[in-house]
Amino acid sequence: MSFVFYLLAALTVAGGLAAVLLKNTVHCALALTVAFAGLAFLYLNLDAQFAGFAQILVYIGAVAILVVFAILLTKGSETPKDGVFSKTWLAGLAVAAGVFAVLGWAVLQTAPMLPKATPAPAVTVGQIGNALVDRYVLPLEIVAVLLTVALIGAVIVALHEKEGTR
Amino acid sequence: MIDRLDQIFVLLRQWVVGFLPASWQTAAAVVLSVVVIVAFFPALFALTVWMERKGLGRIQNRLGPNRVGPFGLLQPIADGIKSLTKEDIVPLSADAAVHLLAPLMLVVAVFMGFAVLPMGRNMVLVDMDAGLLFYFAMGASTEVAVFMAGWSSRNKYSLLGAMRAVAQMISYEVVLLLSSVVVVMMTGSLSLTKIVEAQNHYTWGLPHWYIFTPWGLAGFVMYAIAATAETNRSPFDLPEGESELVAGYHTEYSGFKFALFFLGEYLAMFSISGLGATLFLGGWSAPFSFLSWVPSWIWFFSKLMLSIFVFIWMRGTLPRLRQDQLMNFAWKFILPLCLLNVFVAALWRFMGEGWPRWVVCSAILVVAYVVVGRIEMRSEHFGPRRYRYAE
Amino acid sequence: MLGEGIVKGMAETAKNFFGSFFSAERLTTVQYPEERIRPVEAARVFPFLVYDGADWEAGLRCVACQICEKECPPKCIYIEKSKDKKPDALGKPQFYPAKFDIDISVCMSCQICVEVCPFEAIKMNTEFELSTDDRFGGLLLDRKELAKSNEYYHEIHATEAAGVDARLAAEKAKADAKAKAVYDAAAAKAAAASASAKLAGAGD
Repeated sequence: MSFVFYLLAALTVAGGLAAVLLKNTVHCALALTVAFAGLAFLYLNLDAQFAGFAQILVYIGAVAILVVFAILLTKGSETPKDGVFSKTWLAGLAVAAGVFAVLGWAVLQTAPMLPKATPAPAVTVGQIGNALVDRYVLPLEIVAVLLTVALIGAVIVALHEKEGTR
Repeated sequence: MIDRLDQIFVLLRQWVVGFLPASWQTAAAVVLSVVVIVAFFPALFALTVWMERKGLGRIQNRLGPNRVGPFGLLQPIADGIKSLTKEDIVPLSADAAVHLLAPLMLVVAVFMGFAVLPMGRNMVLVDMDAGLLFYFAMGASTEVAVFMAGWSSRNKYSLLGAMRAVAQMISYEVVLLLSSVVVVMMTGSLSLTKIVEAQNHYTWGLPHWYIFTPWGLAGFVMYAIAATAETNRSPFDLPEGESELVAGYHTEYSGFKFALFFLGEYLAMFSISGLGATLFLGGWSAPFSFLSWVPSWIWFFSKLMLSIFVFIWMRGTLPRLRQDQLMNFAWKFILPLCLLNVFVAALWRFMGEGWPRWVVCSAILVVAYVVVGRIEMRSEHFGPRRYRYAE
Repeated sequence: MLGEGIVKGMAETAKNFFGSFFSAERLTTVQYPEERIRPVEAARVFPFLVYDGADWEAGLRCVACQICEKECPPKCIYIEKSKDKKPDALGKPQFYPAKFDIDISVCMSCQICVEVCPFEAIKMNTEFELSTDDRFGGLLLDRKELAKSNEYYHEIHATEAAGVDARLAAEKAKADAKAKAVYDAAAAKAAAASASAKLAGAGD
């Protein structure tokens, strides 16, 4: 648990908290972008180059933009009049604490079974590529079909809008 | 001797770092390289600004600036002093924090891209295994910066310009990535140094640059178009067209922050040209094997400056594309050709050496280009205008 | 084919770029004020007074007839006639302008003064770099500033000046011929008178 890890973890958590607590919705989206960046740096800290850069490329480059577009094209950019906290925040906190407790128990249970401090395996992009088309080809194809369906659906929705205004 | 000239920057760095104690040396080497990059590319930016103004002037039958210094060479310095001393106006209702952060984020993201470019033999700052992916990740971060700039100005024109810029950048990012994917496919690695080394072979004196293959040429042309659109250069400069949107997403910026946007745009141009040279034009390798005595960094920067000159040339020639025209162009014309190019590259690989693969691949690409071109060039029906009234 | 227009356009701009180093057609910039374009022959800015010969006062063609002063639409000419006379180009004693002021901040370059002058004395100049920091006095040109030689007139309006010179020479020739005729007649009369006187004297 090095100093760099604590710094990046603090950055990610701060970004996440800011994304929830800020009043201006676009500020929240930008804070979420900071959280994504923190996550990407955590991946890079673990020597997962591909995951880290893909995180930046996909999340910051595309998902953050998508979130921001969604906020701006709907009425989300106006600051809510009656505060950002919902009335049932206590129940929400209880549920979140419960989930965290379960996850933490699961992680701590498996911790003694892990070998002590082995060097991280250098997974090259080539190995990822090979695995994708060799062992994990079915998930790859399913994801591809899912993306194609999403794309066609987007086109159809946009098409309908064009015809709907006639 | 020639070898030393080729490696002169590496040797210089070793010599300078040798003065420090051993434990500091690697960190100092990295810091020194970073400082050199951060100092050199803005200087190249000043030179390019001068070249652009003189070049555009000559294309437009006029002289460029020629009063400040001999041939106007000190004009960029005058421009720099002007932008540093201008008043930094921030609109009252603008989001001050985001307004400040946007140009910073843009410049940081663009500078990061230089870290993986191999500027000569052994002259890459960080030799990453996934170097190309890193570069595109940094390029994607610029979109967020552009959006931040446009939104924080609280100006309708800025926001509109930013939205258009982001839409354009996202569309052409897809094209950029797909046209680079062919190179990755054929090299088998995302590392830019390996890509250059794969092109550093010669047959009968001619190099194995990817641009000299059918799929490489097509890929290069599409990469060039996408690069022009990514950096918001003419003819894709609708987001910053003065006559369209005041100045788009940098309307409300003045003084040094505007200079940072300008710097960011030109640096993005350098790094994307550098990447194009690395992927398709063989990076630091010489065009002919008998010319390999010339230092490698000279070849890299010549290719870079040639690309810059072509950018300037295109700016002086082509009119601006409208937003819907450029989006159509990206999604309906270039993207299908890009996907076809990936297929053609695979065909090239599996057809084996010899002249048949040249003929087949070139034929497929040319036919597809002509057919898709004709489909897209069909003029839309120009009939009497139909009005749609609000219900 | 698609993309042909772009290639043709880029070829044209390349021609512009490389041609701008060689031909003036591709680089039309004239770097004022180091270089100046020669004004066209019919250019006109403000009037000036023509003088023949070397001395501007003696050779000034203007005879202060004040027609231009009366015809000038914005009344920018101010003339004061002299008290004495001096001989003009044809030898006749004429008045001359003691004061001849043109206010060029008022002059509208209509050229009416040039058209009505019967003596070809006032013509249009092409000099336009007349800015001064003296708003009133600096824009009031007096007789000395307005007087320019006939050679200067030839320089700026060559054909017009040649025509004027031809006309003046023709008038002078006509006047000379008339004077010669008068002189010849007088000489003939004198010769006849002396011849008859001689005859009369010889008859005594």
